[in-house]
Amino acid sequence: MTNKIKIKIDGKEIITDQGKTIVEAAHENGIFIPTLCNFAGALPKGCCRMCTIKINNRFMTSCTTPAAHGMEVENNTNEINDFRKGIIELLFVSGNHFCPSCEKSGNCELQALAYRYQMMVPRFPYDFPMKSVDGSSPYIIKDQNRCILCKRCIKTIKDDLGRHYFAFKERGHKLEVLLDEKMGKEISSALAKKAMENCPVGSIIFKEVGFEVPIGQRKYDHKPIGSEIEN
Amino acid sequence: MEKKIIATTSLAGCFGCHMSVLDIDERILELIELVEFNKSPVDDIKTFTKPVDIGIIEGGCCNSENVEVLRSFRKNCKILISLGECAIMGGLPALRNGIPIEECLNEAYINGPTVGLNTQHILPNDDELPMLLDKVYPCHEIVKIDYYLPGCPPSAELIWDALVALITGSKLDLPYEVIKFD
Ligand code: SF4
Ligand code: SF4
Ligand code: FES
Repeated sequence: MTNKIKIKIDGKEIITDQGKTIVEAAHENGIFIPTLCNFAGALPKGCCRMCTIKINNRFMTSCTTPAAHGMEVENNTNEINDFRKGIIELLFVSGNHFCPSCEKSGNCELQALAYRYQMMVPRFPYDFPMKSVDGSSPYIIKDQNRCILCKRCIKTIKDDLGRHYFAFKERGHKLEVLLDEKMGKEISSALAKKAMENCPVGSIIFKEVGFEVPIGQRKYDHKPIGSEIEN
Repeated sequence: MEKKIIATTSLAGCFGCHMSVLDIDERILELIELVEFNKSPVDDIKTFTKPVDIGIIEGGCCNSENVEVLRSFRKNCKILISLGECAIMGGLPALRNGIPIEECLNEAYINGPTVGLNTQHILPNDDELPMLLDKVYPCHEIVKIDYYLPGCPPSAELIWDALVALITGSKLDLPYEVIKFD
């Protein structure tokens, strides 16, 4: 039997099961908390900080924090939303995001969050770092210019033996997520497609087809990200 | 109401944003009731002849001439708008950022597969030509910019709504669908 608990988000009381994270509890109850690195079905890692909320006046990541009975959560406040917008802006300036020429445009979660939070221009200077593109796999283009290091591909794309196709290389500002050269050559077309789907941005591009869905029919063309959750 | 004075320019852009201004279609007739164009490719006035209310910048800065023009816009316009991705973040011209300029020039004029006619391997070096900058700069990294209208190109709706709001001093409500980066 699961234990039901009550928490408050922005003053609204919701009921959830003990053991759920705050993000899960919120989304089940029609309250949107933005996420990037969190991925349903994979262990949360708390690395992007998009899902930041406040509890007891402290910033916490809601994808890694379990809901506890009586908890009072601040979510949709100007302060927190500006903090989230700042993270989006940092991600834009620290990579090379040329949306007009990106195949993920219109279906990209980072871009959709920028729309939702009305990023007209990042407040930080553009870095324009030199990044590489690896097209050696028959099915995947791994473009480091757009990688936000969220680890979703590492966590979710594995072969039958549980071996990872993607992995971290280097550390700090040199950190990159690479597609293993040998495994990348052997990856199936279906798994490559799934890798592109699981990547929130356009860092993993499936080869063979491109720009399949026309502008106007893409995921975030008409409705903001999160509107599928909100009620 | 006195007409507002508008100036526009295309720096390192493709003129797509100017085309998008024309996409306001028949509302252009309403627009000319509200504004008068000064320096702009629209009317081919080459130099500022009076103080301008709203300057609209398409394109980022890739060479010394772009910087000069942008600074003259800042000097002559009360309000400056960065229109489109190139003005806001460099856009496609900024794909060269990070690549040493010598490499870019060699690829474009000496080593590229389509430069067969340049048998003497000459890099453009006429004094009349503006100097290329080390990278393509977003406009707000050169001068202060007051407003940003994203898109590649920004939609005619966004341009129209923003201009009308600025000219008439009304509040600008941006529907979700008009802010796009592509
Ligand atoms: S990954 Fe997303 S934000 Fe980056 S260029 Fe592509 S569409 Fe734009
Ligand atoms: S490739 Fe995509 S899924 Fe993998 S870490 Fe980079 S952004 Fe995340
Ligand atoms: S979604 Fe919680 S830290 Fe990334």
